[in-house]
Amino acid sequence: MKDRDEIAEQLAASGYIADPELATAIALMRMLKRPLLLEGEAGVGKTEVARALATALQTELIRLQCYEGLDQSAALYEWNYQRQLLAIQAHQGDRAGEIEDAIFSEKYLLERPLLAALRRATPPVLLIDEIDRADDEFEAFLLEILSDFQISIPELGTITARSIPLVVLTSNGTRELSDALRRRCLYHYVDYPDVDREARIILARVPGISATLAVQIARMVEGVRREELRKAPGVAETLDWAAALVGLEVRDLHDAPEVVHQTLMCLLKTREDSARVTPEVSARILGKVA
Amino acid sequence: MSCCGTPMTCDEINEASRHVVDRLAAFLRTLRDNAFAVGLPEGQDAARLMAAGYAETPALLRSAFKHLFSARRTDWEKFDGLFDAFWLGHRVKSRSTVVGGAPSANTPSLKSLQDGAAPRTAGEGATDQVATPDDGPDRAGGEGRMEGASRAEALANVDFRKLADPDQVEEAHAAAARLARVMRTRLTRRDRVSRRGRRLDLRRTIHANISHGGAPITLMKRRRRDKPLRLVVLLDASGSMSLYTGVFLRFIHGVLDQFREAEAFLFHTRLAHVSDAMKERDPARALDRLAVMAQGAGGGTRIGECLETFNRGHAARVITSRTCVMIVSDGYETGDARLLGREMAALSRRCRRIAWLNPMMGWQGYSPEAAGIKAALPYVDLYAPAHTLQSLAALEPYLARI
Repeated sequence: MKDRDEIAEQLAASGYIADPELATAIALMRMLKRPLLLEGEAGVGKTEVARALATALQTELIRLQCYEGLDQSAALYEWNYQRQLLAIQAHQGDRAGEIEDAIFSEKYLLERPLLAALRRATPPVLLIDEIDRADDEFEAFLLEILSDFQISIPELGTITARSIPLVVLTSNGTRELSDALRRRCLYHYVDYPDVDREARIILARVPGISATLAVQIARMVEGVRREELRKAPGVAETLDWAAALVGLEVRDLHDAPEVVHQTLMCLLKTREDSARVTPEVSARILGKVA
Repeated sequence: MSCCGTPMTCDEINEASRHVVDRLAAFLRTLRDNAFAVGLPEGQDAARLMAAGYAETPALLRSAFKHLFSARRTDWEKFDGLFDAFWLGHRVKSRSTVVGGAPSANTPSLKSLQDGAAPRTAGEGATDQVATPDDGPDRAGGEGRMEGASRAEALANVDFRKLADPDQVEEAHAAAARLARVMRTRLTRRDRVSRRGRRLDLRRTIHANISHGGAPITLMKRRRRDKPLRLVVLLDASGSMSLYTGVFLRFIHGVLDQFREAEAFLFHTRLAHVSDAMKERDPARALDRLAVMAQGAGGGTRIGECLETFNRGHAARVITSRTCVMIVSDGYETGDARLLGREMAALSRRCRRIAWLNPMMGWQGYSPEAAGIKAALPYVDLYAPAHTLQSLAALEPYLARI
């Protein structure tokens, strides 16, 4: 409870304009020790949540980017083979058992993100980004780690988490995630920010922008998102565009419709989309912006 | 936070808190009836949340429960309505979106829980409701699935063109989408077990041979990571096919959703690339968009010309050596049949397999007399009927062999 308000304050202090429900989600995450699954379109700021959380809690952010074919050795741990081989050559005369003990020790272990997250003294934020890109097997393996928070390395034994990391998973929905993983996690659907929140984000992130322009930009972007585009602009695109307009010294969108149209390329990232938003279309959207 | 870990002891449970537990159990059951996957751990966590002060205001409790109980976007969107209906006594707008449940059986449960909630004290009600979390999910899940399966079975042998009633049509569409999904999962599973490693995995080999001083005695192999099948579907949307177009559009929507690499084209007199329109998550909206594209038919089918456009404009991009091209058409070519033959030859050189699905083949007494189909047949690897769900399902073993 108190935790929740504190988190909202901390997030705000770190410059992240959170959706009010998100603070609840984060408080629950800490209390129930469950991972948080964030779903939403690309570019709504899912990854940013984890970053802001780490900043707000003043803890380390450990990121695991998922991709097709990601396996344990890239996610969990790996032995440093080169050094092990060198060590074997150097200790040629010693007994085999001693060599083995020596080369299968911490010194030769390479930490990968998951292991790193379990071995920190203070709980870090573990961001598992785009989990939907990883294979099903990896998802199952991850589920095991997320419920036990311990892993076994055959040569070393079981490693139990020193502290339970705050786990944030993100998914773009390119693949349906398993029900087991979904049930294990708290769920939060991240939508595009509404005009008011997006304007506040622009104000917080783009230096030297006026409040009126920020609101205008947010409204305009909202209008662009309503068009049937292949790729709706995300928050990062909005920020780029806002920075571009500030750089071009635009004070009011209505004063410079041509500049508005020309700079829309900050928002439109495919050829089809740029072709669809003709000067007439951009003028129409701009017309609706008060 | 301090209070959250303390378990509730028997002494602390007074009448009021027991009532809360009853209500919570009833709420969990309501959620399960609405296709939420909620288990015992979630129930325990919910009780912890209430004990930790989240029950102070309804909005706070709703927000907390929403995160805890939702598992996907659909859950997320309908949660507020369910919560308000249960705890605040508002009416739910619509429960028709529920998949797999048995609404007629469940509606009374929501209602009766609401009605009896306030005056009920612990006693006979408590044992009854608290017991449900154990058998609840199994029962609810089982019921829903069985119901779906039996109805699908009844529909499996019905020719698509004979589906008249809109409900039946909708069900056939849903079954087609489901089939597409099942095909995808079966395909991958089969691939994984059937392949053995061929290439040497250097990293693992070194790892395994460190105890031999690095001399590679035990060799480690790498299992081949299978590239998923790539599917390109060309759907005939001409007037003669109109009775089948709906079901196939839905099937294709399902295929595009499930196969990582799939492309879809519509053709009648022209060829249209529709993968993007199909990427629309909501099938109804996707179909609306496609219906517009599928119009403009009526002028007959120029399969040959459309294939020519495909070969020239799209084939290089969408076809790889592991692509199966699936043509769904009745083969009534109104253009030049020789052109069709030539283009089919060109296509067959490019791709791995061509499957031609012909809904008319299921009709009694049909033989491939149309000039178009005669010209195309020599280049087709699989020529199969596709007028019922069963015939669509029969394709799966073929696709698995590709």
